[in-house]
Amino acid sequence: MSFLMDSVIMFTSQVLFFGFGWLFFMRQLFKDYEVRQYVVQVVFSITFAFSCTMFELIIFEILGALETSSRYFHWKFNLYVILLVLIFVVPFYIGYFVVSNIRLLQRQKLLFACVVWFTFMYFFWKLGDPFPILSPKHGILSIEQLISRVGVIGVTLMALLSGFGAVNCPYTYMSYFLRNVTESDILALERRLLQTMDMIVSKKKRIAMTRRQMYQRGEDQNKQTGFWGMIKSVTSSPPGSENLSLIQQEVDALEELSRQLFLETVDLQATKERIEYSKTFQGKYFNFLGYFFSIYCVWKIFMATINIVFDRVGKTDPVTRGIEITVNYLGIQFDVGFSTFARTHVLTYSLTHSLTHSLTHSLTHNHKTFPVVLIAVSLLKCPAVQVFLLTDSSISTLFYSQFRKSKNCSCVGIFCCCSSVPYICSPLQVKFWSQHISFILVGIIIVTSIRGLLITLTKVSHLQTGSCQST
Amino acid sequence: MASLDRVKVLVLGDSGVGKSSLVHLLCQNQVLGNPSWTVGCSVDVRVHDYKEGTPEEKTYYIELWDVGGSVGSTSSLKSTRAVFYNSVNGIVLVHDLTNKKSSQNLYRWSLEALNKDSSPTGVIVSNGDYDREQFADSSVPLLLIGTKFDQIPENKRNDVLTRTAFLSEDFNAEEINLDCTNQRYFAAGTSNAVKLSRFFDKVVEKRYFTRDPSQMTGFTERKRFNFKSVHYD
Repeated sequence: MSFLMDSVIMFTSQVLFFGFGWLFFMRQLFKDYEVRQYVVQVVFSITFAFSCTMFELIIFEILGALETSSRYFHWKFNLYVILLVLIFVVPFYIGYFVVSNIRLLQRQKLLFACVVWFTFMYFFWKLGDPFPILSPKHGILSIEQLISRVGVIGVTLMALLSGFGAVNCPYTYMSYFLRNVTESDILALERRLLQTMDMIVSKKKRIAMTRRQMYQRGEDQNKQTGFWGMIKSVTSSPPGSENLSLIQQEVDALEELSRQLFLETVDLQATKERIEYSKTFQGKYFNFLGYFFSIYCVWKIFMATINIVFDRVGKTDPVTRGIEITVNYLGIQFDVGFSTFARTHVLTYSLTHSLTHSLTHSLTHNHKTFPVVLIAVSLLKCPAVQVFLLTDSSISTLFYSQFRKSKNCSCVGIFCCCSSVPYICSPLQVKFWSQHISFILVGIIIVTSIRGLLITLTKVSHLQTGSCQST
Repeated sequence: MASLDRVKVLVLGDSGVGKSSLVHLLCQNQVLGNPSWTVGCSVDVRVHDYKEGTPEEKTYYIELWDVGGSVGSTSSLKSTRAVFYNSVNGIVLVHDLTNKKSSQNLYRWSLEALNKDSSPTGVIVSNGDYDREQFADSSVPLLLIGTKFDQIPENKRNDVLTRTAFLSEDFNAEEINLDCTNQRYFAAGTSNAVKLSRFFDKVVEKRYFTRDPSQMTGFTERKRFNFKSVHYD
């Protein structure tokens, strides 16, 4: 009976996530396009739903929410479905759609899609060779083989993303890197651009007029002489054509120049807007945050290099140590009977209050703030800070894009949720708490990373179809 | 031949609808073999005989400015694009017949171009809101072109054509539906060619042969308008 109820709960949550993935696909990813192949949308929503359900199961595991046996069953079910989708369905469909875009291979799409899939499986299998995955307990065709390979790919992707964020964050946020751009610079560049366009236009007019004259003359000649006239016109090329090819070359060069000027102008405009933004209060706050995070990023890169070179294993990083020290310092002031989690709760609440508030404001902007969130997440190792930051940021990003009016309400609601987390978890010490919370934050890191990755991939695909800066 | 008078026509539309192929077909009378995405703006010139066949025939250069990107691009991109919208004499709106969103975005494209249009007639536009009356007495002639006509399956053709008919009513513009990879759509004597040359004639007329003081009286009679900005040349 309880198994049935648990299944109903899981199923409802899966349907909710499915609907959410569907909406996200329609409103964000495919905003400017019409969906013709519904298969893609369905597969996307299914993958999203099952991934979120897995994450939900982890939380239930920590909280001890549902029956153990039903949790185990759902976990296995989820895992099998996800692996099926990830390894069989998605690569096959990617191969199928890629093949159907190539004109030569149109007729035997299925065959070539299967070929692509087998190539993918070969490389996928080869991926696990440097790792000690094969063990006598499990055998070669077990599910552990697949999971471990998927895990390898996932961890590599996460590492790449955080490395990219670590380098991109200082460059984007420190105003030290901003060139000084004035209005007159932009106007001068625009004038050059328009002048180049005028030159292109005048040359094209000459080409058009010459071709028209040639066409009229050529037609007259052909009409009169017929067969012999054609042979004559082959041997004696009219004088206009050499001019034409010369002018055409000039036009090509000028067009390349106009493209470069256009891109430069866009760049300057973007820099000017960034400068204007940095003069506002929000901008100054982010500049300060940017310095703070940049210093931490640099420290992190330095420490990572040292660790690799000297083959060390890092123990705790400065922020956790710093917060532990601060907690102990504050702990002296408090009563002995005051519970630990209230202490950490007060500290982390005050720490995160301004950070989360400003970060959630920033997350109403576009993808650029994603590196900040990622850095904030991965570098501030103190779990409580991460939990607050991440839950607040992830939930509010999901909300803000749709419901801008309820900004204040959702902020208040989220802070209430966050502050009730310690009560739910009933911890006794910081270490005990952090162990459990770290499970949660790993999941939340993954959620926000995936969001950022999806948005970056959408940008890349926009560049491919040319909708970003082009016609 | 001495230099002829110039007429500037914008070609607007979403990415990938076929503006470059269309412009190439119109100006070079050839199908574009290797379409690739255009960065910035590409211009091409068509020699047009105004009032062909009549004694008042005169040849003009029509410059087709193929500007693009998407309506939702960043503001830096939009403000750079606005450079190309100065002194425009006609607008060709291109949409993809297989993609409904591209025709919906045309409203925003036309607003973007007309807001920046600094024509001497002083078109009053309200920021942001789409107002049908704007297009009724706007001084800029519009032409609506739907591309990829060959990719619509037979059974859906009627729905698509009804939809585009509504669209052309909204814009108060003629519409042409074609396939840019096929030259016969603009062959001499077809209705498409006639519509096209009528459009270009209208553009030339508006530019060189009419000075309309009536435009100024027109807007005072309008009942609702948001007086946000007045553009004068």
